[in-house]
Amino acid sequence: MDYSLLSSILHAILVASTPLVFAGLGALIQERAGVLNLGVEGLMIVGALAGFATALAGYPLLFSVIAAAFAGASLAAIFALLVLRLYANPVATGLALTLFGLGLSALAGAQYVGQAAPQVSVWTIPLLSQLPVVGHALFSHDPLVYLSILMAALIWWFLKQTRAGLILRAVGENHTSAHSLGFSVMGIRFLAIAAGGALAGIGGSYLTLVQTPLFVEGMTAGRGWIALALVVFASWRPFRVIAGAYLFGSVTILQLHSQAFGISIPAQWLSMLPYLVTIVALVMISARGDKGVAAPGSLGKIFRVSR
Amino acid sequence: MIFVEPRAVTRWYHEWLAVLVALILTLLTASVLLAAIGLDPLSSLHRIFIKPLNSVYGISELLAKATPLITIGVALALGFRAGVWNIGAEGQLVMGGLCGGAVALAFWGVDGFWVMPLVLLGGTIGGLFWGAIPAFLKVRFNANEILVSLMLTYVAILLLSVMVHGPLRDPDGFNFPESRLFHDAATLPKLFSAGRGHLGFVFAIAFAIVGTWVVKRWHLGFEMRVTGLSASAAKFAGYSRDRTVWMALLMGGAISGFAGVVEVTGNIGQLVPTISPSYGFTAIIVAFLARLHPLAVIPAGLLVALSYLAGEAAQLSLGVPAASTQVFQGLLLFFLLGTSLFVNYRVRLGQVA
Repeated sequence: MDYSLLSSILHAILVASTPLVFAGLGALIQERAGVLNLGVEGLMIVGALAGFATALAGYPLLFSVIAAAFAGASLAAIFALLVLRLYANPVATGLALTLFGLGLSALAGAQYVGQAAPQVSVWTIPLLSQLPVVGHALFSHDPLVYLSILMAALIWWFLKQTRAGLILRAVGENHTSAHSLGFSVMGIRFLAIAAGGALAGIGGSYLTLVQTPLFVEGMTAGRGWIALALVVFASWRPFRVIAGAYLFGSVTILQLHSQAFGISIPAQWLSMLPYLVTIVALVMISARGDKGVAAPGSLGKIFRVSR
Repeated sequence: MIFVEPRAVTRWYHEWLAVLVALILTLLTASVLLAAIGLDPLSSLHRIFIKPLNSVYGISELLAKATPLITIGVALALGFRAGVWNIGAEGQLVMGGLCGGAVALAFWGVDGFWVMPLVLLGGTIGGLFWGAIPAFLKVRFNANEILVSLMLTYVAILLLSVMVHGPLRDPDGFNFPESRLFHDAATLPKLFSAGRGHLGFVFAIAFAIVGTWVVKRWHLGFEMRVTGLSASAAKFAGYSRDRTVWMALLMGGAISGFAGVVEVTGNIGQLVPTISPSYGFTAIIVAFLARLHPLAVIPAGLLVALSYLAGEAAQLSLGVPAASTQVFQGLLLFFLLGTSLFVNYRVRLGQVA
């Protein structure tokens, strides 16, 4: 086995997976608050464009990422307004968000097509990056890869160890009880939606800033839907989102290198795998139905304060 | 403080007033967006929405695009009434096109009145099967039908891609990922001398009429509506939730599959890697625009079909990407959903107790 090939494949898997980690975490935080947002695809592509445009204007990476997060959060605010204040159907609203985001980015992004964003610098971790095989693959990346893992840890800590995280989960499990206890269901859900939008935006910006430093309309190519699948696959746990995202990323990369490995089946069969695995995971989680892995109790239900 | 309370009675004119307001708001927002990119809103809107309809060709194209939207819109309107969220109509459409197309290719060169019905049946069964999967998983394992039907959409699109790159590829096609052109016996007749409007449109209208009848007159339609409105009332009346899930998804799958095979045999004339510009997803907008009334799906489908034509016109005459039509579609759905608050609830000023 050629170790340099293995190392570069591992490296590519991390790059392919990082947008999914961000977007998956964004969907996770909303779903833990009981909000099912099918607009991730639209949020991602708007973030992709915002980050790209900022980078082209010559601003540093940090600014591009903030711009992408802001764009994602702003678009998500429309969703929040409709679903929380106007009691609109969340499934249809999420779909509208996806359509709107894809269209808006195509319209506003037409002027950027064909331009290339500046290269993002790599942060090589001293010592660890010298390790054989895994050194280059794991510890020689752009800052966003590290941020994505940090973010998962942060969200895990927030949900598990803080009072605010507990309240967020309470709102997701049973919004009526949470309301009776005096927590602001609307306020907490709004913050969760905004945070989720920001994370999806950052995930999208990773595509235009690092993966392919270009903007093309519709370039998210279904990643938003995979992110949603990922949350189910991960049974609503942050670290499992990372594991799931890397698995999905591996399939993508495997498919690109399948010929190098001597696999002669059409690439489309491999591309189906993530979707099929998700269905199987969903069935297993739903069939078991035990409290530990079940979906948040109020997921996707409309909350209205009655008089 | 502003708060809302459910209306005891919803009035039919409230529904259509809300739709009208949503349409006006969409056009206003679209005008603002057009002005923002430096175009004159009124003349641009005229050029993209009115001018494409000034010819027989334009009308014919409109009907061709409205055909799958109306057909699937009817099925979704019925399913959504039952509270079953079939988001995978796109995948069911693709499976319908793939299976029907495969039948058409299997009987390539065979003449006979029975070929066309067989092809349509093949497509319908393909879609039915694809709708049965989320139904089975929902009933048996309680797996969320939104996510399952959505995931299956991508599987269907990839399956079509495998087939047209491999087994169903035209043997004389220089390795292009396309099937052969269907034989005349497996092609739906055109309605006009110009454009792509085809017999499928007549089927679509028939579906809308039958759908209205099902909702209004059939006990099944009533049962599905009750289940959608109140799960506990349905249980009390002895209606089976599982039965409703099966009915909604099998019907949605079969009709979407039919729309798919009609699309390939009426409009495209062969199998290609992409047979639908997201008609299955856009039909969801159509169903909401029609406020889930099957008959109202006809004008709603025509209007959304016009937005596709408008996208093409915008690309040609305004130089904006055709994908911008999704801005229009997204805005329309936003406003429709937002204004439906005023149909179902009364907004009041006062204190929440």
